[in-house]
Amino acid sequence: MKVVLLEDIGQEATAAFESMGRFTFLVRSTLVWALRAPIEWRQVLIQMQRIGVESLPVTTMTTFFTGMVLALQSGASSKHFFNEPLFVGTVVSFAMVMELGPVMTALVVSGRAGAAIAAELGTMKVTEQIDALYTLGTDPIRYLVIPRVLAFLLVLPLLTVLSDFSGVIGGWVVSSMKLDIPAGVYAADIFDNMEIRHFMHGFLKTFVFAGIISFVSCFKGITTTGGAEGVGKSTTAAVVLSMVAVLIMDYFVTAILAAVGIT
Amino acid sequence: MIEAVGVKKSYPGRPVLRGVDLTVRDGETLAVIGGSGCGKSTLLKCVIGLVRPDAGAITVDGTDITRLTREVEVAQYRRRFGYLFQEAALFDSLSVWENVTFGLRYLTNIPPARYRAIARDKLALVGLKDVEDMRPAELSGGMKKRVALARAIAAEPMYILYDEPTTGLDPIMSDIISDLILDLQKALKTTAIVVTHDMKSAYKVASRIAMIHDGRVLAADRPEAIRASQDPYVRQFVEGLSRGPIQMKLKEFEPEVGR
Repeated sequence: MKVVLLEDIGQEATAAFESMGRFTFLVRSTLVWALRAPIEWRQVLIQMQRIGVESLPVTTMTTFFTGMVLALQSGASSKHFFNEPLFVGTVVSFAMVMELGPVMTALVVSGRAGAAIAAELGTMKVTEQIDALYTLGTDPIRYLVIPRVLAFLLVLPLLTVLSDFSGVIGGWVVSSMKLDIPAGVYAADIFDNMEIRHFMHGFLKTFVFAGIISFVSCFKGITTTGGAEGVGKSTTAAVVLSMVAVLIMDYFVTAILAAVGIT
Repeated sequence: MIEAVGVKKSYPGRPVLRGVDLTVRDGETLAVIGGSGCGKSTLLKCVIGLVRPDAGAITVDGTDITRLTREVEVAQYRRRFGYLFQEAALFDSLSVWENVTFGLRYLTNIPPARYRAIARDKLALVGLKDVEDMRPAELSGGMKKRVALARAIAAEPMYILYDEPTTGLDPIMSDIISDLILDLQKALKTTAIVVTHDMKSAYKVASRIAMIHDGRVLAADRPEAIRASQDPYVRQFVEGLSRGPIQMKLKEFEPEVGR
């Protein structure tokens, strides 16, 4: 019984290390191919449309309501302590730009576009379309992975900027309609305190998040095995892993940015 | 010429190829037959470098694929092959003509302006017309196989590898695909390996037939010699008998059927 248990643990550990090795190899091959072979720009544009344009309504709507909630809560707290809603614009804009904009956008996009990538590539794997790429003179890294990674790196920062903006607008709507804060005061709360480094703090995070979501989704997709069930498992794993990795890496990136003074 | 020597391949807990020795001469069409799961498709994937053998050598015109390690060298090696996949493996997101000409961008220097005309020609060669702008999802099984065939021959390869070309098709369509393979082999004068368990198709298209059993080549001869073979294993397979020396389980929890 003990031996079987040890065997199981050993097999799981070996599989985990093998998976990490293959993931590292995917990242390395992507970098090598990106430098060596021409970029498939048509594919990049198609992916930018799918990842960026098609995600825009859901990311902006999500952060719009997040901004509203932040304004409502910070206004209520402020009223409780100071009898008036103070610095609501500052709280909403700092929270959105430095943390919630980048993280919420990354989570929403990983659930939407990351899942779609894992499902599409997984289906291509189980129907031998990935093998077909090899026989037709290209390979999945060049034709599938690089365009998706590049598209993510290009559109996630843009989506995040729009999310930040949308969140701040959401906060302004609640500030003016529920908290009776004049627009000028709300704007002054933002621009009197916010500097470019605060914006950059959130903006730079998005490149790390884009890398995580795109590589994890592509990796889970092209390593799919086992037919339709396998595609389902890969898709779920891609979303869960991306989200967890984004949240964990968020702390470390924040710590690094703080250490170098971008905060 | 394709020459496989002592090719071995195992998947976790399951040896598939136990030492395959096989030669495909220039200009011939070799049909590889054998039961389901005997390693026919694995052998084909070893030949084109999609699967790396555990041992042995596969030499094509002097290049041993098992010794190539750099991705560029492997890609260069694959250029001489066209491959027809069992389930066609057409790209869902592309139209028929884009599928057919997909490899031209990577395998040839043909200007993209000519791709559509080439697609039309290759589709005509496999008996299809006015389907260029359709999506793979709109095609029947037989049409998908033909489009995949047009894609496999588009870059005019020296060798064509057919993986179960007639599987999943009705008998008439199977015969049509077999005729098509025969016509293409005559027209293009290529060397081909056809992996199949459809004996009617094997007899029709092959200039030689090799039977794989238990991970090794059991017999390799002209179709008429295979048809007349007295080897009990070969006889059982080509006649499609459930009883004989090839042991297959009817149910996993019952004793093996056979003698």
